Amino acid sequence: MNITKHYFQRLARGWVALAFVAALLGSLNASAGRNETLIVVREQGANSLDIQGLGTNRPAYGTSWNVYDRLLSFGVKTAANGDLSYDYQSLKPELAASWRVSEDGKYIDFMLRKDAVFHDGSSVTAADVQWSFARALAVGGFPTFQMKAGSIESAEQFEVVDKHTFRLHLLRDDKLTLPDLAVPVAAIYNASLAKQHATDADPWALEWLKTNDAGSGAYQVEKFEPGVQVVLSRFDAWRSGPLPKMEKVVERVVPSSSTRRAMSERGDVDVSFDLPPKDFAQLIDNPKVKVQGIPVENFMWFLDMNVNMPPFDKLKVRQAIAAAIPYQAIFDSVSYGRAAKLFGGEQAQPTSIDWPQAYPYNTDLKKAKALLTEAGYPDGFKTSLYYNLGLATWSEPIALQVQQNLRQIGIELTLEKIPGANWRGEMGKKSMPFLINDMGGWLNYPDYFFFWNYHSQNGVFNTMSYQNPEMDAYIDAARFAPDQASYIENVKGFIGKAFADVPRIPLFQSNLDVATRLDIQGYQYWFHRQLDYRQLYRK
Amino acid sequence: MKDFLNHALYVFRSNPVTAVAFIAFGLIVLVAVFGALLVPYDPLAIEAANQFSPPSWQHWFGTDQVGRDIFSRTVVATRIDLLISVVAVALSLVVGTALGCIAGYYGGWFDRLCGRLVDTIMAFPLFVLAMGIVAALGNSVVNIIYATAIINLPFYIRLARAEVNVRRSSAYIDAAILAGNSDTRIITLHLLPNILPPMMVQISLNMGWAILNAAGLSFIGLGVRPPAAEWGIMVAEGAQYIVSGEWWISFFPGMALMLCVLCFNFIGDGLRDMMDPRKRT
Amino acid sequence: MFKMLISRFAAAIPSLFGVLVIAFVLTRALPGDPAAFLAGPAASQEAIEEIRSTLELDKGLMAQFVDYTRNVFNGDLGSSWSTGQPVLSELVSRMPASIELTLLGLSFAIAVAVPLGVLSATRPGSWIDHGCRLLTTAGVSLPIFFTGLLLVYVFYFLLGWAPAPMGRLSLFADAPPSVTGFFLLDSLLAGQWATFVEALQHIALPAINLGIFALAPIARMTRASMLGVLSSDFVRTAKAHQLPPRKILYGYALHNAMLPVITTLGMVFSFLLGANVLVEKVFSWPGVGSFALEAVVISDYAAVQGFVLAMGIFYVFLNLLIDIVYGLVDPRVRIAT
Repeated sequence: MNITKHYFQRLARGWVALAFVAALLGSLNASAGRNETLIVVREQGANSLDIQGLGTNRPAYGTSWNVYDRLLSFGVKTAANGDLSYDYQSLKPELAASWRVSEDGKYIDFMLRKDAVFHDGSSVTAADVQWSFARALAVGGFPTFQMKAGSIESAEQFEVVDKHTFRLHLLRDDKLTLPDLAVPVAAIYNASLAKQHATDADPWALEWLKTNDAGSGAYQVEKFEPGVQVVLSRFDAWRSGPLPKMEKVVERVVPSSSTRRAMSERGDVDVSFDLPPKDFAQLIDNPKVKVQGIPVENFMWFLDMNVNMPPFDKLKVRQAIAAAIPYQAIFDSVSYGRAAKLFGGEQAQPTSIDWPQAYPYNTDLKKAKALLTEAGYPDGFKTSLYYNLGLATWSEPIALQVQQNLRQIGIELTLEKIPGANWRGEMGKKSMPFLINDMGGWLNYPDYFFFWNYHSQNGVFNTMSYQNPEMDAYIDAARFAPDQASYIENVKGFIGKAFADVPRIPLFQSNLDVATRLDIQGYQYWFHRQLDYRQLYRK
Repeated sequence: MKDFLNHALYVFRSNPVTAVAFIAFGLIVLVAVFGALLVPYDPLAIEAANQFSPPSWQHWFGTDQVGRDIFSRTVVATRIDLLISVVAVALSLVVGTALGCIAGYYGGWFDRLCGRLVDTIMAFPLFVLAMGIVAALGNSVVNIIYATAIINLPFYIRLARAEVNVRRSSAYIDAAILAGNSDTRIITLHLLPNILPPMMVQISLNMGWAILNAAGLSFIGLGVRPPAAEWGIMVAEGAQYIVSGEWWISFFPGMALMLCVLCFNFIGDGLRDMMDPRKRT
Repeated sequence: MFKMLISRFAAAIPSLFGVLVIAFVLTRALPGDPAAFLAGPAASQEAIEEIRSTLELDKGLMAQFVDYTRNVFNGDLGSSWSTGQPVLSELVSRMPASIELTLLGLSFAIAVAVPLGVLSATRPGSWIDHGCRLLTTAGVSLPIFFTGLLLVYVFYFLLGWAPAPMGRLSLFADAPPSVTGFFLLDSLLAGQWATFVEALQHIALPAINLGIFALAPIARMTRASMLGVLSSDFVRTAKAHQLPPRKILYGYALHNAMLPVITTLGMVFSFLLGANVLVEKVFSWPGVGSFALEAVVISDYAAVQGFVLAMGIFYVFLNLLIDIVYGLVDPRVRIAT
């Protein structure tokens, strides 16, 4: 009796031990998959797989970047702080193995890789390139606009020379043409696949491509659940570059920033994106997390005054406000130092063509009050300061500090939060007298930034409604400058004009930060401010 | 009246929690009225260099992300929160009870119309409806009050209607009708007093919910406009700093909010006991 | 009974129409210009106008409403502009997550609150009574998102007991074959024990978060109603006849006290569906609430309308259920036919 009991006890113990070992092995097995999988959390997810579609949001730029290839890409450089960054001055092949500008400068030939295939196995041809570019021009809105920035304006510019040679006829000599082919909008679509899903009402298959992958990029879409997650898996037949190390990428949407931070701190996620600057500044001290970031190129946070709305039409009023902003306090308490300063410049005129650069303004309330009195407003005035609710983490503390300082010189501000959906509409209407915003240009040229912001074509980003013929002359001359000397002269010209007229008051140039686990390597900054999974790997 | 006072004293004695709640409520009202005069700092004054200071002798509850004194803000916020809850609930109570009584007493097309109205409002998840109203009308204190009043309306209509409906056919109402009382008189004198006790429970809950509702709206960015101090928006803004260790930013306004809502709830219980004739001895 | 169901259902149709109208008006009153939003950051005025006409937003309000109503009757709720998916399929795929969460939260609340309410009512004025009140009331006295973030902070960040608040399952688990759409049920039906445990781990914290919020109204109503019933004449009569206290309490009193509790449950459920929005945001829960929240913020008309309509239909059935149960519990209420 006793012996039997003993036997059963031993047997039971054996089973328990076996189960334990099995469970352990099982978990080891599972963690093998974990090593090749990259887990990313972010605030908002992609809403479409088609960057050329209507209303495609910012996270979708990143998805498109990894799923689609472009003709060209940019090289890599080491930024000032030692982080890796793309290099806007060096173009490198992606789908185009090589390219050649004709001797008369009238066209460029792109020789496509012969081994490049789409995710369905068909090869990438010049006809696909032609269709994709024609589509970017046909759909209107942002893609069309972006193509035009590189002087790509009409479908007649595209020519299929042979299966693997695509010719782009040039309208003018524009230094932005080639870089413009390396931005997300210039993605190459599988034309024959897309055409199968085109209808009479929808000739460019906008509906189908929203949720379906017709790319040739290093990753293909395994699962796309808008607002929840995007799962990408490596496309092993990708030849446009070294095969990425991560086999799978899971991009989860976690709206709460404090939850994202907690996940990073606990090491449950590999990459955490778009955290508030304070979290990045504090995560630096966490030995389990690595924070990387460099100031976003061609980008700034600023205050705009609408020069068409009195009293902002008076230069002295604008100068008074520029002298009343608590720049340093905003820099410290809003960007937590994860930024470059754009105030306190020493010289009244620009000495370099670096952009963005510090404007020659400092906090000086006495001077501000004096300027305001000279302008005819000794008792100040009342106005409203607008900002985007979607960016409230940044803009609300800025607004509060601006409000407090301006009150000291007699200006009473009402704060108006505008929901993200309205923001663009309000910008377009140019109805806001005073506002906080941020703006960055993909192509890292000051003339590109000024063309969008300060030119009297009065684009949507010119929320100051600033129109000045002298400024236009500098900008236009710089865009198509024949030589470096005249380029430098004109760039200094328009920066100087912006210093003097000050319809826009720059605050700081914030970082694009990303928090990763220590074993994640290869992070690289990109102008589109999204993650490129092709370079990331686990040590 | 004397009877009622005696009864109230009895309730307080037998239910110390209610007594405490009433005292606390009195204090809250005092704070709402005089708080702004007593606080050590300007609740809107920013001192960016002093952001995120933990509680200390200078700043009893610490400072927030732009260096404002949380104690002063918490105290000053009492007035606006009290205003939101009292006005919103009063609005829905008056309108809802009136509609519900008439519907329940007369029945007919008006009853059906009210039923439709209630069903229609209740077919929306309440918070989502409030969200929609505030998003559509714009985020101001007045619109938050309207939204809160509208989402609470069905509770009062339904409750009043159900109570009146059940009692309408009871013997004492029949007696009152036979005695020649007018409809108005029956509703106000015979039905309303019976509806009020169960209503009180609802009122007390709703007072709290109104404040919580405003807080929820703040969390998704549709709350009271900055820089005004309001508990909900202080908690919502401070919540993101819990993980990084700055607990005081949301903790103290959160406690104030909780205290106030607790008070409302306990008072509701106490009021019910006071108005319940069967408890009178 | 059947006749009553039919008439009750027929009576619901006008209010469904009311829902349709209010939803339409409300969503059209949302600020923001969807055409400008969709056109992207650098669009010209012409491009915006072009988009406006493709979306048929340039038509009159009446014409838009007629189109919308016709589409709804054809089962077409339009496409969400934010996710690019048809609203109907979006709702169908997200609805089970929300309902599962709400039902579990409600069950948790009932399981805790009804006994507490009865306990308080049988010992009114005792420290147990005060303790129960304090406990349940404290739960409802904090903003729901704050409680949620605290739960995440304590149980995930500090203690590590709960999984990361990243949805319904961990990243490496696959969803069970869909039958009901409730992961807890589906995993059991498919016999996937591990998936069940994982789904339970993921739903526990958000469900408790929701449940805590529903404790107070249920416990309060149970107590209030129980107190009323216990001091009523028939209980006194039963006591006088020396029926066993347990039988009085559970046999007669609780049965009669459930009536207002059931009414409250209906309200609490609707209330929880709304509160879901905040809980889903905190826990990244892929339900309709988070979908609606996103839609309201960006003025995604079709999505908001579809959501409201779905909720309307859902709620009509819920109301029907409550009416039936109400009628069964309280014969005094005759449902008007």
